[in-house]
Amino acid sequence: MTQNFDIPEIRTPENLVYKKTSVLTDNVLHYCPGCGHGTTHRLIAEVIEEMGIQSEVIGVAPVGCSVMAYNYFDIDMQEAAHGRAPALATAIKRVFPEKFVFTYQGDGDLAAIGTGETIHACNRGENITIIFINNAIYGMTGGQMAPTTLPDMPTSTCPYGRDVKIMGNPLKITELLAMLPGTYYVTRQAVHSPALVRRAKKAIRMAFENQKLDRGVSFIEIVSNCNSGWKLTPVQAIKWLEENMLPFYPLGDLKVNGELVKKSE
Amino acid sequence: MAKVQGDVVIDIEQCKGCELCNVACPLNVLAISAEVNSKGYHYAIKVNGNCNGCSNCAVVCPDGVITVYRAKV
Amino acid sequence: MKELRLMKGNEAFAEAAIRAGADAYFGYPITPQSEVMEYLMAEKPYERTGMIVLQSESELGAINMVYGAAACGKRALTSSSSPGISLMQEGISYIAGSELPCLIMNVVRGGPGLGTIQPSQSDYFQATKGGGHGDYRLIVLAPSSVQEMFDFVSLGFELAFKYRNPVMMLSDGVIGQMMEKVELSEQQGRLTNQQIDELYPWATTGKKPGKERRIITSLELDPGRQEKHNLKLQEKYRKIETTEVRYETLHCDDAEYLLVAFGSSARICQKAMDLGRSKGIKIGLMRPITLYPFPYSIIEQLSKQVKGILVVELNAGQMIEDVRLGSHDRIKVEHYGRFGGMIPSPVDVLYAMEKQIIGG
Repeated sequence: MTQNFDIPEIRTPENLVYKKTSVLTDNVLHYCPGCGHGTTHRLIAEVIEEMGIQSEVIGVAPVGCSVMAYNYFDIDMQEAAHGRAPALATAIKRVFPEKFVFTYQGDGDLAAIGTGETIHACNRGENITIIFINNAIYGMTGGQMAPTTLPDMPTSTCPYGRDVKIMGNPLKITELLAMLPGTYYVTRQAVHSPALVRRAKKAIRMAFENQKLDRGVSFIEIVSNCNSGWKLTPVQAIKWLEENMLPFYPLGDLKVNGELVKKSE
Repeated sequence: MAKVQGDVVIDIEQCKGCELCNVACPLNVLAISAEVNSKGYHYAIKVNGNCNGCSNCAVVCPDGVITVYRAKV
Repeated sequence: MKELRLMKGNEAFAEAAIRAGADAYFGYPITPQSEVMEYLMAEKPYERTGMIVLQSESELGAINMVYGAAACGKRALTSSSSPGISLMQEGISYIAGSELPCLIMNVVRGGPGLGTIQPSQSDYFQATKGGGHGDYRLIVLAPSSVQEMFDFVSLGFELAFKYRNPVMMLSDGVIGQMMEKVELSEQQGRLTNQQIDELYPWATTGKKPGKERRIITSLELDPGRQEKHNLKLQEKYRKIETTEVRYETLHCDDAEYLLVAFGSSARICQKAMDLGRSKGIKIGLMRPITLYPFPYSIIEQLSKQVKGILVVELNAGQMIEDVRLGSHDRIKVEHYGRFGGMIPSPVDVLYAMEKQIIGG
């Protein structure tokens, strides 16, 4: 038997320092163990709670692993067709300019099938927040190659690794979007360590706060893990992410307050 | 200097045993159980009373199953 | 006092959208319907009524913007022509599956493929039998005059919201481009956000404290629940079929021969009927106004009276299948069609009637 290390006497409301936000429903997340989707969902929900905007938010769910994101957020949401979330969000924000509107999209949704909708919503400068989960693979359909799959990275549709000569190059869409005049805040974050989670939450908060300014798209890429698709344990996956994903998709702000961030290299 | 005592409450039925909390804990409070929950997952457990309530485990938990308390004692 | 104006069909549609109190139009230019957005932008509806007009990056973008606005309980519409409507089919299926109200106009041009920019009616199957994936129906209205291009906008919105179902106006390049006198109706007010909240308990307007959140989706992975959803849709379509059939009959009381045509073809047939009657041939005309629901019962009734039916369409024979279903093969039902932008004259139609039905 395991020993009991509970300290029930300190479990009082005044000592509470962390509790799941009420903006998330009690539905059990369908994501695989250790998946960054869950963490990112929680951060968005925490920001919504902290800003007190639960009744003012309309979210758009994508097609991909997070297709049922609306089961987890206790807010009004719409389910888009694959890749079309930015078109829905464009319309929602235009008919409800006073609401906070966000899309939640994966790499296949945002950077392959929905590239057109993404680029044009960003270029028009829609006053919305886009949360982009990049785990370099199609998780829901079983681990196929994504637009962001790294060179030489194996997936089920490039089992011997992504040969860029044959399969083309990974798309750094975040860098591309930062160049557009319609984006106001573009950043790349991650959620696999406590420090990174705290930083990502600040970014998400800023992305929602920016909607009050009406200056254009706030775009947050979350470099995330797909343990099932990568065929690694969650702990191995975050190590692989740090060693392989982050050198190719370096973390940090690309554009702040409408100005490109100069890299000091 | 006031000592800080923390405690975490883990919803073991919702825990999927990913171990990210275990990696994130600076005081090695957490480990993974030998038993499984009703869904068949090994779940996070406390293996000592060293918790200082830093919340790192809860912050990285993808499933939001950890509640954290912290008291000055 | 009546407000009369000489307008193109496409312009009448655009003016009607503003006057119907539409909240948002999203579109992408394509011939022969580009005047719709041109007219809207020139009219500054954002100043007249606060209506939003946005040129999207594609028809995919446009129809999904319609989805987003419609899901907010707003009166949203788009227009396009055949190739663009094909591109919209994905979104239309999602809109139908999510049970959202909206108005889509197709100013049909000839196909297949890029086809031609000239008028055609070859999208009848696409409009009435589905178009996109899954078991769904659009309510399809077929205007045959510029006046109807105006009138069917408010009717379309009324039906769309009554049934929470997309409505398509199946027009064509003739009706879209021709100019006729239009009697304009008065400006209707746009609904306030509060009215939308009260009228449409399904609309995503932001979760109210203490209330259930609202979710707009067509996804349901549980087979039992997905079947239930489909059965609910089918029940709705059966209700539409029994209550929303609209058609017009001309000289059918004493008719021995019947012309069946919709949209611009019906206009040609009307003249052909007059020509035939001046020669002593008792021709009647039945013009379906709703292509879905199709007026099967009047076809059945008339098929017991007339000796033969000529179905005239600007296509290779699409609506004729529904006419044959309605007539139960009691009498001869033949098709006369032209394609590729070719438009028959009334004399051509009368000749076809004499050759294929009367003499045949």
